[in-house]
Amino acid sequence: MSKTLVFTEFSKDHAKSVTLEILGKMKGVKPDVVAIGDFPTSAKEDLAKYGAENIHVLKGDALKNYSPEGYAQAIHDLIKANGYEYIFAGSTSIGKDLFPRLSSMFNSGMISEVTNFSYDGSTFSGTRPLFAGKCLAKVEFTGAAPHFITVRPNALGLDASPTAGAGNVSEANASVSEIKALIKEIVKGTSEKLDLTEANIIVSGGRAMKNSENFSILNQLADVLGATVGASRAAVDAGYAPHNMQVGQTGKTVSPSLYIACGISGAIQHLAGMRTSKVIVAINTDPDAPIFTKADYGIVGDLFKVVPILTQEFKNLLGK
Amino acid sequence: MNIFVCVKQVPDTETKIVPRADGTFIETSSIKWIMNPYDEFAVEQALLLKAAVTGSTVTVLRVGGVKDTEATRTAMAMGADEGILVEGDDNLDSFSTAKALKGAIEKSGKSADLILTGKQAIDDDCLQVPQILAQMLSMPSVSVVVGFENNGGKLMLKREIEGGSLEVYEASTPCLVACNKGLNTPRYASLPGIMKAKKKPLQQFSLADVGVTDADRKVKYSQFQLPPEKPAGKKFDAMDDAKLNSVVSEVVGLLRNEAKVI
Repeated sequence: MSKTLVFTEFSKDHAKSVTLEILGKMKGVKPDVVAIGDFPTSAKEDLAKYGAENIHVLKGDALKNYSPEGYAQAIHDLIKANGYEYIFAGSTSIGKDLFPRLSSMFNSGMISEVTNFSYDGSTFSGTRPLFAGKCLAKVEFTGAAPHFITVRPNALGLDASPTAGAGNVSEANASVSEIKALIKEIVKGTSEKLDLTEANIIVSGGRAMKNSENFSILNQLADVLGATVGASRAAVDAGYAPHNMQVGQTGKTVSPSLYIACGISGAIQHLAGMRTSKVIVAINTDPDAPIFTKADYGIVGDLFKVVPILTQEFKNLLGK
Repeated sequence: MNIFVCVKQVPDTETKIVPRADGTFIETSSIKWIMNPYDEFAVEQALLLKAAVTGSTVTVLRVGGVKDTEATRTAMAMGADEGILVEGDDNLDSFSTAKALKGAIEKSGKSADLILTGKQAIDDDCLQVPQILAQMLSMPSVSVVVGFENNGGKLMLKREIEGGSLEVYEASTPCLVACNKGLNTPRYASLPGIMKAKKKPLQQFSLADVGVTDADRKVKYSQFQLPPEKPAGKKFDAMDDAKLNSVVSEVVGLLRNEAKVI
């Protein structure tokens, strides 16, 4: 069997959910995990529960903040020393930036953002969306190991009955040479919520929101549901919302369990970016809006009337 | 400053994608090609720098089909000085594309001080080529960049991460910067610009010319297909205010009891 490594990040002292999704998908493979920097002890339990055998924690002064060069060097040396052949990560801001550089260090291939895969410890094949989800294809490696793979958050789901691993944590100092692009400062965004790409529930607004102030009614709904607020390209181009909220082909591609589209007509490039959502609710005054063709539950009505009632109903239901 | 901009030609975002019957790729015969939207921010950033740093040149690089050269011509019409085109096929993966771009830079006879790219191409959505190329050239790279300042060769770059937070990088040149929407407002090509572009030098090479072999293809695609269609959903009419409460209440009930997502 090949040696398998999964790179993990943390969110509020727990392993990011996408790491657990990946681990849970690899029954019988006995994967190891690598983390960089401070390791929250509460994360050990999650990782072991979903099957992590050895957990490598790499530390060093040059690794306090993320840098593509520093992280890549540290993980490169770990892969070399242990002969890992398949290396996985979530398709997060860091995973997307780090893994291509790492794969290039080995002159190896990388498969980005699969939404499903089969891997038995010796062969890998994945499925990934292209053209922002307008099309799917099968992807395999043709070159030599090591092989690098990133996985879209929320796409696999958590395994309901995972097989536990030993979860042995070992710390090591990583030696990192000169880094030519270094973080000087991190400017925190205003939102404490999960990013759209990782959110479990998304409430999105379109051109029918009319202005940026009206997004407050979506924020209220999102607060009740613990959701993240998104927007269509039409709303972003009209200046109602910033680009980092855009869902679609020239924004973010998302796969939440619940996507609530408010006043979004459903342009092809928006549908491409959200069609893999598990359940879609659409609210629109136009009964012929294309969004209704993708919606599990469609409400033909005025979002300014529907959303406040929806918020109240969820409040009652969730006892808030 | 020798500035290189990598552009890709992709189907227009309004394009309906149709897989080939044999699943080897998508039908490309009737596609309207455009410059990858994120690459427009890279071209604009290159032109802003060229205007600010005397003696700079902007070379636009592209790997892909050569029947249509829309993306390269657009970049030159916007103001890039010259172009290099490497003829590629449908089966190039990110590694072989990055290697072709590296080869194209070598063919230019210039050393790159700065390489600008879009943060991702909206066709394969891999987000790999910029970082692979930077590593091949032993350069630092910063991706998803929404802020760019040049202080005499020291770059201050703002990279957007989860939740709208920003990482502010200081980087030395040579460097590769992968640009996101919001970095600048790309200019339109002017009519005189379009006329001038026709006379600008455009060199063309084959993959073999730039040293790409079959061994550089590391990833294989097959079984291109449309995503499965969802069965039709349930639709409720709430245009009449009298029905509002009952419709919303029913949908919330379905989300809990039928869809089980709440």
